[in-house]
Amino acid sequence: MNTTGTRYREADGEPGLRVGRLPRLLPQRPGGGPASWAEHRARYGALPAPGDDERCRDRLIAEVGRSGLTGRGGASFPTARKLRAVAAGRDAPVVIANGTEGEPASAKDKVLLAREPHLVLDGAVLAAHLVGARQAFVVVHEAVREIVDRAAAERRQVHRDGIRLKIRTGADRFVGGEASALVNWVGNGIPLPTATPPRASEHGLHGRPTLVQNVETLAHLALIGRYGADWFRSLGTPAEPGSMLVTLIGEVHRPGVYEVGIGQPVGEILELAGGPAAPLGALLIGGYFGTWAGAEAAWPLPFSADGLSALGASPGAGLIAALPADSCGLAETARVARYLAGESAGQCGPCVFGLDAIAGALADLAGGRSFRPDLLRRWMGQVDGRGACHHPDGAVRLIRSALRVFGAEIDRHAQGWCCGSRPPGVLPVPPRRRP
Amino acid sequence: MTSAGARLRVDPIACDGRGLCAEVLPELITLDDWGFPIVGDGEVPPGLVAAAGEAIRLCPLLALRLDRPRDRRAWTR
Repeated sequence: MNTTGTRYREADGEPGLRVGRLPRLLPQRPGGGPASWAEHRARYGALPAPGDDERCRDRLIAEVGRSGLTGRGGASFPTARKLRAVAAGRDAPVVIANGTEGEPASAKDKVLLAREPHLVLDGAVLAAHLVGARQAFVVVHEAVREIVDRAAAERRQVHRDGIRLKIRTGADRFVGGEASALVNWVGNGIPLPTATPPRASEHGLHGRPTLVQNVETLAHLALIGRYGADWFRSLGTPAEPGSMLVTLIGEVHRPGVYEVGIGQPVGEILELAGGPAAPLGALLIGGYFGTWAGAEAAWPLPFSADGLSALGASPGAGLIAALPADSCGLAETARVARYLAGESAGQCGPCVFGLDAIAGALADLAGGRSFRPDLLRRWMGQVDGRGACHHPDGAVRLIRSALRVFGAEIDRHAQGWCCGSRPPGVLPVPPRRRP
Repeated sequence: MTSAGARLRVDPIACDGRGLCAEVLPELITLDDWGFPIVGDGEVPPGLVAAAGEAIRLCPLLALRLDRPRDRRAWTR
């Protein structure tokens, strides 16, 4: 088996994994259910095991760099740079695979873990080898915990990874997936962000250099380790190579998780879900920290950071929510803003008080009770960038885009009208937690 | 120890909005609508370095600090 990473196995002979073909991460399997170890190995082949050979590790990290893989958790940070930073640490490093997916609208990490748990575990193992870690924590949403536990147990019986895999359930809150909160949760049982710097890559779990990677990123890593950078780059765009998982919700015929090449047109992606089930007004792109865009404007654009930049949007964590034309975007956004305010970790004043005030003002605006977009803008300016983590910034990004895209609606609300003929609910919001 | 090029930083988790810093250093620190300090991102001018040190000493929660360029890492925002 090739373990150098510079030559890679010719993937063309592998069913389902041809150069330039989808799917990569989500195999079509009759009957559904998670892929067993045997099915997983039959489909993907063996994972390279660089062991302690430093030259081999460096070559594989260079291959990851050449692949152009970036984080699929929303921030799109180059994976090879994180690997290098953690590998350079003085203390024994540790890996944390982030499958918490606390965002209520997003399902791609849960679906990936439910269908191909071994690919994620492969990625966690390979990442641990690459940075010189002996153990990897895999933190997953409780909905898929059992599946991942079973996969890890199955794996221990039939295979020697050389890395200790520890499965954990993520904290049940939105902010729990933020990197410093995740480190704090695994280390101390506290699901709250900590002040940065220092970053986890330098000073993370118990002070060790810590690689925090989204589970989808790790799945891609496991494939790059097998088939190499050129194979990976045979999908996507030259600047943003590879495929990504997207969650499609709202007014489409078959909501669900799909895998697309980065840069595929937005409309083509929605057609994967059977296309719009009613005339669309707007799309929420990226996630609850994402950006609203007019459906017509977004339709022909490539789903990539470059392609969506004209609308101030980016693929983020891969969500596209389709809002029908007869739903009120302001009301939808007000509900999510109230949810996000409630999900503040409660540590930073501007986030605690500011998001609450902003959510209140937005609800008043959406409900036609008062009309103070100037105050809303002032508060958003005072909240943006002023937390220890990016929670307030993300919420503000969403609301700013709503004021931009639903501007005409704001005027109508001021005159006592609303375009919505059905109650809001396209964007899922869990029941409010007890105070 | 030089303060050239230093910037004021607030630890937003430690900060409780007591507001003493804005009293001592209104040139660089204002308060938001909820009483939490908004610190300018620019360098502290030489004439205000002493006042900045006073604001840091007065903070009962030790939430204010001066970052010198050599403390700064590429990723610090």
